[in-house]
Amino acid sequence: MPELILPARLQGIEQVRSFRAPARLDYQFTAGLATTRFLRAVAEKRLVGQRCPKCQKVYVPPRGACPTDGVPTEEEVELAHSGTVTTFCVVNVQFYGQVMELPYVSALILLDGSDIPIMHLIQEVPYDQVHMGMRVEAVWVPDDELGPTLESIKYFRPNGEPDADWETYKDNV
Amino acid sequence: MGKERVAVVGIGQTKHQATYDGSIATLVREAAERALDDARMGWSDIDAVVIGKAPDFFEGVMMPELYLADALGATGKPMFRVHTAGSVGGSTAIVAQDLIAAGIHERVLTVAFEKQSESEAMWALSLPIPFQPPMHAGAGGYFAPHVRAYIRRSGAPDHIGILVALKDRLNALKNPYAHLHEHGITFESVKDSIMLWDPIRYSETCPSSDGACAMVLTNEKGGDEAAAQGRPPAWVLGTAFRSEPTMFAGRDQVNPRGGQDCARDVYAQAGITDPRRDIDVAEIYVPFSWFEPMWLENLHFAAEGEGWKLVEAGVTQMDGDLPVNCSGGVLSSNPIGASGMLRFAEAAMQVRGQCGEHQIDGVRKALGHAYGGGSQFFAMWVVGTEKP
Ligand SMILES: [Zn+2]
Repeated sequence: MPELILPARLQGIEQVRSFRAPARLDYQFTAGLATTRFLRAVAEKRLVGQRCPKCQKVYVPPRGACPTDGVPTEEEVELAHSGTVTTFCVVNVQFYGQVMELPYVSALILLDGSDIPIMHLIQEVPYDQVHMGMRVEAVWVPDDELGPTLESIKYFRPNGEPDADWETYKDNV
Repeated sequence: MGKERVAVVGIGQTKHQATYDGSIATLVREAAERALDDARMGWSDIDAVVIGKAPDFFEGVMMPELYLADALGATGKPMFRVHTAGSVGGSTAIVAQDLIAAGIHERVLTVAFEKQSESEAMWALSLPIPFQPPMHAGAGGYFAPHVRAYIRRSGAPDHIGILVALKDRLNALKNPYAHLHEHGITFESVKDSIMLWDPIRYSETCPSSDGACAMVLTNEKGGDEAAAQGRPPAWVLGTAFRSEPTMFAGRDQVNPRGGQDCARDVYAQAGITDPRRDIDVAEIYVPFSWFEPMWLENLHFAAEGEGWKLVEAGVTQMDGDLPVNCSGGVLSSNPIGASGMLRFAEAAMQVRGQCGEHQIDGVRKALGHAYGGGSQFFAMWVVGTEKP
């Protein structure tokens, strides 16, 4: 880049190259009908998906429509609080704004009875023992702390069942 | 009236680096001036400007095209801003080429940039999602589980990712514009680097770069003139873009349908029936090393589950029969918004014989590729020495 020529009175002064200017934005978020129904159920310690009338796939959290078939998903399906780790990663990177303690396991979990994995934490097991196919169950916050958020599930932990067969979850990997 | 033929007649880029000591306007102007010089043109020769970058909240400068219009000589001319996440550098070039192919303009300047030193990209890619635990950890956190899925599905051995990282970083030593020049890098040093997002190691991850890339595209007349003056153009033989939803049941994030379809489309336009044989060199968007074998399959260079074997056999090395990322790729320079255009530009540079030390001899057709979002946007072009 071209050299910056300063006037005489500014010679010898250290130039400002950059400065930090934090910005703050507050949002109003409208969850929409399907997600609102899902989150209200979560506040009652229930996991409720929706089934597509055409492809029969069960979406959780539901979007109110099937992205593949473009039709409304009205039938509600009560889901188990257990599932299978389809895949995961061990996060060990610190960055601005991060709140999690390192390392932590971020996993895609296919809840029993659903057809699309949700992302959540795996704990109560050393991170290097987490593996694909591991069977896990939700650990909920105390009942008086339940709210309309997936943070009502603190994390998932191994439920002691034998690993799921690859065939049962390979279409979601 | 058919499509106009489109030629790449000017290419410029900045030296990619951790901190570019200048404003964003200076950064993009430096790349644009180099492209104009390469095209033997001045600002007044340009009919329209097409600019792209990744999300505005990376740098916190909303709609930077407003303030960059003047720096890019767009006053009194049409200017368009493109945004398609990480693929934006590619889709920006495609929009520019479309303006010429449609016969609307004769000479278009296209520019893409990112200034990560003014940015918090990790933070920006990890914004808490309402009603979900705050567990997101950047692009690596998103892609690492899918890399693990690829390894499981293909049975690839662990060292494949290391081989890709080592190759790209060694190639970067031949590219004076590359950000990382790691002279001491070895297989062991990559292997021993820490796992940031297991199974992705630090040395298998792209850097955070400041940088810009620019190209001047013309119609057939402009391409013929450049050729007559001894500056061979790269002719655009095909362009394609595809998108797909981030989430749907059964979505294949290892080998996404959007990428497969996009590749078939661009090959059909360019008359390519066997990409492994017909394409001489490829610049593929590989921000994490394992995406090289994954995209080799997605781009039909290898059968599903076989991409890693090309890596292991050295096929994608500079002396292999399908050299990939001779520039050092995204793994060696990642000014995010510019990274896709750099892939397109490096493909054109190979066709034009402009690559210096990382030039492959006798390139006739080259592929430029970019992807973005949660592997949901795909942009590609094929450029060649002969007119379509
Ligand atoms: Zn459906």
